[in-house]
Amino acid sequence: MKYKGWFLRAAAFLPLALMTFLLSGCADVVVLNPKGEIAKHQLDLIYITTGLCLIIIVPVLILTFWIAWKYRVKSKKKEAYQPEWDHSTKLEAVWWGVPILIILLIAIVTVQYSYKLEPSKALASDNKPITIQVVALDWKWLFLYPEQGIATVNYVQFPEKVPVQFQLTADAPMNSFWIPQLGGQIYTMSGMAMKLHLIADEPGDYFGTGANFSGEYFGKMTFNAKATSQADFDKWVQDVKQSYPAMSQEGYNELAQPATSLVRSFSAFPNGMFDNIVNKYVVAGEGHHHGGEAASSQNDAAAKDDQDTSKTDMSGIDMSDAGHSDAAHQH
Amino acid sequence: MANVAANHSSHDHDHGHDGHHDLEALRTMGFWIFIITDCIIFGTLFATYAVLMNSTAGGPTGAELFEMPGVIAETFILLTSSFTSGLAVLSMNRGDKKGLIGWLIVTALLGASFITLEVTEFLKMIDEGAKISTSAFLSAFYTLVGTHGIHVSIGLIWMIALMLQVAKRGITPVTKRKIGNISLYWHFLDVVWIFVFTIVYMMGVR
Amino acid sequence: MKITKLSDFFVTGDPLIYGADVAIGLTMVAIVVALTAFKRWGWLWREWLTTVDHKRIGIMYVIASLLMLFRGGVDALLMRTQLALPDSMEFLKPDHYNDIFTTHGVIMILFMAMPLMFGLFNLTVPLQIGARDVAFPLLNSLSFWLFFMGAMLFNVSFVIGGSPEAGWLAYPPLSEKMFSPGVGQDFYIWGIQISGIGSLMTGINFIVTILKMRAPGMKLMKMPMFTWSVLSSCLTIILAFPILTVTLALLFIDRYFGAHFFTLDMGGNPMMYINLIWMWGHPEVYIVVLPAFGIFSEIVATFSKKRLFGYGSMVFALMSISIFSFFTWAHHFFTMGSGANVNAFFAVTTMIIAIPTGVKIFNWLFTMYKGKITFELPMLWTMAFIPCFIVGGMTGVMLSVAPADFQFHNSYFLIAHFHQVLIGGVVFGYFAGLYYWWPKVFGFKLNDKLGKWAFWLWNIGFYVCFMPQYVLGLMGMTRRVSSYSWDTGWWSWNFVSTIGGFLMGIGFLFQVWQILHSIKFMERVKGDPWGGRTLEWSIPSPAPFYNFAITPKVEGRDDWWRRKELAAKGVQDPPPKYEPIHMPKNSGTPIVMSLFWFILGFGFVFDWLWLIVPGAIGIAATMLYHSFNYDTDYYVTVDEIKKTEAKAGRVV
Repeated sequence: MKYKGWFLRAAAFLPLALMTFLLSGCADVVVLNPKGEIAKHQLDLIYITTGLCLIIIVPVLILTFWIAWKYRVKSKKKEAYQPEWDHSTKLEAVWWGVPILIILLIAIVTVQYSYKLEPSKALASDNKPITIQVVALDWKWLFLYPEQGIATVNYVQFPEKVPVQFQLTADAPMNSFWIPQLGGQIYTMSGMAMKLHLIADEPGDYFGTGANFSGEYFGKMTFNAKATSQADFDKWVQDVKQSYPAMSQEGYNELAQPATSLVRSFSAFPNGMFDNIVNKYVVAGEGHHHGGEAASSQNDAAAKDDQDTSKTDMSGIDMSDAGHSDAAHQH
Repeated sequence: MANVAANHSSHDHDHGHDGHHDLEALRTMGFWIFIITDCIIFGTLFATYAVLMNSTAGGPTGAELFEMPGVIAETFILLTSSFTSGLAVLSMNRGDKKGLIGWLIVTALLGASFITLEVTEFLKMIDEGAKISTSAFLSAFYTLVGTHGIHVSIGLIWMIALMLQVAKRGITPVTKRKIGNISLYWHFLDVVWIFVFTIVYMMGVR
Repeated sequence: MKITKLSDFFVTGDPLIYGADVAIGLTMVAIVVALTAFKRWGWLWREWLTTVDHKRIGIMYVIASLLMLFRGGVDALLMRTQLALPDSMEFLKPDHYNDIFTTHGVIMILFMAMPLMFGLFNLTVPLQIGARDVAFPLLNSLSFWLFFMGAMLFNVSFVIGGSPEAGWLAYPPLSEKMFSPGVGQDFYIWGIQISGIGSLMTGINFIVTILKMRAPGMKLMKMPMFTWSVLSSCLTIILAFPILTVTLALLFIDRYFGAHFFTLDMGGNPMMYINLIWMWGHPEVYIVVLPAFGIFSEIVATFSKKRLFGYGSMVFALMSISIFSFFTWAHHFFTMGSGANVNAFFAVTTMIIAIPTGVKIFNWLFTMYKGKITFELPMLWTMAFIPCFIVGGMTGVMLSVAPADFQFHNSYFLIAHFHQVLIGGVVFGYFAGLYYWWPKVFGFKLNDKLGKWAFWLWNIGFYVCFMPQYVLGLMGMTRRVSSYSWDTGWWSWNFVSTIGGFLMGIGFLFQVWQILHSIKFMERVKGDPWGGRTLEWSIPSPAPFYNFAITPKVEGRDDWWRRKELAAKGVQDPPPKYEPIHMPKNSGTPIVMSLFWFILGFGFVFDWLWLIVPGAIGIAATMLYHSFNYDTDYYVTVDEIKKTEAKAGRVV
């Protein structure tokens, strides 16, 4: 066995891995090809953190192969051999210190962006935002346009350069709503109305998908998110209003049955439908919303009462107190 | 599980060559660690209860269901049984086999009456239509309090088994260790019950 | 569950399943016939099934985990085959695909990584600390049999009743009766629950073993690094596994008694399950990787012929990783909408773990620095681990950045990351450990040439399989998708990835061949084939059943190395003075009790009271039987020690 070959081959892997990374500039790699403000910020963040990581990773990789090569027994040159040398405060200070600094930088950037890109935060824009309500069903996406009064299945359209406020819930197992070129995903959970704000900077067809496994035909939960000019959008709304049937409550119940679905459109849907779906899983007198993300109830007074009495839902933190104080006094 | 963790035995005569470990000390330590894991089990159950205690889904609430006199009686019975198990250990340390078995019998009887009261309480609640499937709050309630009850029941069986062993073998290093462990277990269940009493019942009837 | 016809009980309708049925049946018949023909039943019972010897228990763990590795690997290759064929070409139907990724995850983590880890604990720890066995030998055997029965119960679901199909962590509400009415989910709960109890007891067992059974003179800071890593891993086990026990129990109570912990209606809270399962699940991944770090520490020091660099730092890093692992669980669901405060907190705690992990890498590198490095198989795997784990760690830090995670979460980027740290860290680590301690356990070496083949296939296969998956994730491919259309542009990357998967599969076959070949052409070794540094190398290979004829007196770290140096200077050991050794007796209690657990679990899965009741009674009865049994140990006489030592070629 020749070690030379070993090192050459091993060394060839890393460029390969990096190449795959660099090659991915092409259009198909949606995360690296953002078309919306949020996704662009997220990509900036990915680049910043990757760069910071590489400050450590690259030297370490080089060091690994260099040390292994230099101090191998078969080496022709006789290197120094110090079997007892096992401590150096200076060196250890360096490799405790440098990573701490790098992680500190990454942490600072992360915390800043956490607040900046909080999905429930409205986006600043000159244009009036549009609200689209999203319901994850077994194995399809239902989109409701409360302002336009239309509904679509497995297809969503909105004007470019206009902030879109998605309100999301589920009438099925939890899922996750993701349009990679516009921004990151958010879970869709029954009994809760989540908020996700996105904006498309240019017209186009964007790939959208469910991202959290929800059962048998989960793989079929992809949809096309189309951004157009405001005029085209208005025209499309008119088209839908004129040429498609309305959705009744029975029609919805049928749609909610577990099955896959083609792209569909409806010219109208029952009033207060989204809030009804959210409240279906909320028993009166108790909260099931995440703090500050209760259903927007423009057309449902009952939900308002519900919000007032809502208690903060556990979202990890109050849970951690309970769980951890218990674990903590065992140490 | 508990008695599995601490139930080997060894020869009673100690021979002191190097590398001989005091097996009874090891087993006591193992049992302490088991108690730690049990603490985490109860901690997790308390956490879930804390999250769900208000999720009554329109069903009965703790304030409507809990009857404090019975609960206070249960509490006193269990606290007393903890005290008597302590007396049992004191008798054992004096080498008093009769006293040991006597106090163990008292402890077991108190434990049994605690379980009887608890089961009656549960049956009454179920009779009133407050089942485990009625609401998330009741699911958490029955699971938490029931887990404690199951622990006590297992302790009772274990205690009876130990009485028989003490009766047969007397007070040896092995039976000493076993009695020490069950006494520790019993005190632990007592502490857990104090938490149950405070968090479930006292806060529930407010 | 009411069984009205046979197809309610047996899984039907798929040629793959029928094939498996036939294979399982034939294998069982073959085993029974062979045991009967060679009159080996008694031997099997006396020497293996009832053994309480940690070395044999370790071997059984390793065999079981390799079988599970095979099954989990077949699952993986079935998935990769399906994903290499987009659209219309349905190699697997979606529901079958869901079965397979669920069982793949559960088996690889809980029934492959965990038992392989416990196998290495058992084979090594008592030998490293100069002990005759673990603290509770019988409990150790019970741990193994509980794991084994749990794994069997889980695997039975493949042919009886149907597999679970809600993902490896079974998030509700999908895993609730409402959406998973079949018995698959119950198999999942009971299989993991039973083996989880075993894992918890192993944790207790090894903590006591390490804290109490060390040879005289071995202070905590003189312990071998692997022993330290086992201690940190076991501490994490005893704090994390009870949470799993409770979580699964609650899910079971939901499904069986109609309770509402995690249901959508009546106030249930599915998010609570996700929190709870990750409070166990995140520590769990550190539980499996910490011992791998310990293994690398041993190997790097041995094959560099040099003391481990930065011992104190290493111990501190291990312990801090094990503590921090409990404060990061929410990074598995940044996208749950918990708000910026929560996300920022968990992002930072997650990143912090990268610091001690990075320090360990530096310490290994500087252990090699100014050493004399030989690249035997264990060292090769270690060398493969370092770059692989560094890159995996980097993508881990990228994932920990909460706002960026909104783009990575649940995508193939995440899949590639955790496979890179779990294969590159855990699997490579355990392989390195197996190659390293194999001669100690069996007394012969594994063939080098075949091992090199396996090594290169595994490594090349790994990068070919998982690097494309990073790209797929960035292309928007989410996990658990059973098919996709041509126009996504995912096909080429998936196809490359599948080739890599099969390369790893061939690598595994080479390892099987390597083991068989080495058994046939035994290369016998003496006690210390690698020039080891710690106590396990100071005794014959394989170790006699009592391990150490004379309890060693430890005076420093790497005590065996120190003694070898003294011997080289001509310092003679005094002639040994033997004394009777106190040993535990074999016992059938563990396997019988575990069988009752299996019966109980099976009864609960199908809701058959006529099985549940005898199962529960059997468990209680075996426990009581054991409690009343005071005849559990014996003494090895001096004559027998002398004979055994002489056989192993020792001076008596």
